[in-house]
Formats: sequence, C-alpha cells, structure tokens
Amino acid sequence: MFISKINIRIRDTILDPQGKAVEHSLQSIGFNSVKDTRIGKYIELKIDASTEKEAGKITEEACRKLLANPVMEDYEFEIFPFGEKNK
Amino acid sequence: MSKVKAGVVVFPGSNCDHDVYNIFRHTLNADTKFLWHKDTGTGDRNIIILPGGFSYGDYLRCGAIAKFSPLMNEIIKFADRGGIVIGICNGFQVLCETGLLPGALLRNSNLKFICKTVTLKVENNKSIFTSDYGIKEEISIPIAHGEGNYYCDEDTFVEITGNNQILFKYADNPNGSLDDIAGIQNVKRNVIGLMPHPERASDEILGNTDGYRFFKSVSESLM
Repeated sequence: MFISKINIRIRDTILDPQGKAVEHSLQSIGFNSVKDTRIGKYIELKIDASTEKEAGKITEEACRKLLANPVMEDYEFEIFPFGEKNK
Repeated sequence: MSKVKAGVVVFPGSNCDHDVYNIFRHTLNADTKFLWHKDTGTGDRNIIILPGGFSYGDYLRCGAIAKFSPLMNEIIKFADRGGIVIGICNGFQVLCETGLLPGALLRNSNLKFICKTVTLKVENNKSIFTSDYGIKEEISIPIAHGEGNYYCDEDTFVEITGNNQILFKYADNPNGSLDDIAGIQNVKRNVIGLMPHPERASDEILGNTDGYRFFKSVSESLM
C-alpha cells in the first residue's frame, strides 16, 4: 500500500489572481519580503499497488486523466509507503 | 413544424436546464427532451445542449467530473459524427474539459462571481450559431459565473483566430478572458461554447430577446 502526495498548481505562465490577492494581503501586514504567491491544491491518494513504481504509474495516469488539466495546470507528486506514521 | 430534436442534458447540479428546455419547447416549438447524465445514448436528438449550473458541485475543477459521465461519452461520439452541441456557461467548461473545444476557463481575474448583463460583439456571423446576427452587431446578454476567464496557449490562440473560431467577444471584458473571448466554436463548426446565457434573454417577458436569435440561427440551420 502506498500514499501519493500530489501538488497541483496553475502554470507559472498564467496569472494566479488568488495568489496575487493573498500576496497583497501578506505585504499589507508587513511581509514585505514575500515577492510571489501561488495557490494550488493538494491531493492524497491511498493506492493498493505492489511496488512504488506501479503506484507512481497509477498516480501519473490519474493526474493526466482527471486530477489536473494540462491546459492550465502543472502537477508533481511523491510516493511514500503507507505505514504507521502516515496512517 | 421545426426539424429540431433538442436534447437538454441534466447533470446533478445543472440549474439552467429548464430555461433552455423552455426556449426550445415553447418558444421554438421544437421536439425537446431532457437527457439524464447516466443515459447511455443520445437517441434521435440532433441538437444537444449542455446547460449552465454547477455540475457535480464544480468539485475538483468546473466540468472536470462531468466529462466522465456515461452520457458525455456518447456526446463526444455525437459531436464527432457532426452533431450540433451547444455548451452554455458550465456547459462551455465541460466542453473544454472534454477537449471538444480548445482552451480552459480560469477563475475570473477579479476573483468575484459576476452576475450582470454585458454587451457582446458578434465576431463572426458565418456560423450556424450566429447567422441571424449582423457582423460586429452588439447584443446584451447576461453572464453569471466565477470561472469564465478564457485561456489558451499562444499556438492555440493563433489557430482559433486563423480559423475564425471566435464567435462572441465582450465589449468590456468583465473576467480577464484572453482577447475578450466570450464564445468559440470548434474547427468542424458544429460545437459552440459560450459563457453568457442567451436563454436568459430570449423571452419578451424577461425584457430582453437578444439571445433568441442565437437559438433561432441554430434551429434554422436544420431546415
């Protein structure tokens, strides 16, 4: 059993208005060193697979088919064995 | 009697389905049926309309889950055979997600859900969807969306411009859409997606009939 931890973000070349609004808010309360903010979504999948490679393949396909829209989003993920600490 | 056989798709969360049904059934006097998202065929329908709303609660991304409904599979085949498909608002988002239309609809640039009547310009009236309008004619149609900011990459933009696929543009861009795009058709010219709601401006009782000619154009194309 594996856990995929997936991060999906709007492409860097596309304006992220939500990120901009949060960035302005951060700056207005004094976080002047914050120069860019991007907001995305985080998805976790618990996958019944026998190897990490297989779990990676399934995650990749799920991202491509449904979880991310390649026209406007980029995704990245990491696979961890499902164990005590992330139950 | 009209030759139109309209099919209005109902997803869980569709909320403009009855408005569209009303126009086809009672204004155009056409044979009109609802199609449930679990249906496995489009039957004898010759126009399919994907109405506005929040299909599947807009979970994940607007239109993302609708694209895998059993009926959408059939609608993709219907469109490939040349069948007429109209996607309004959420329907436009579904058509982009399925790949029947290029591009995607992003969050409005001002982050607000915008609900108001806007002015559209008819960019191309040589389509089955706009033949009843004049070229560059300005019409008033309501919009009501939070994710209507049309986006596509540069290559796609060159393509849709070169192919005259842009049918409607906003006179005063409300949502950040690329090149003020409000509605586009596919290369084969049988599929249209638009964010504005012509069905909300097609009945005199509502005080605006600018949208009626959109439905009239497409129904006359079947004469």
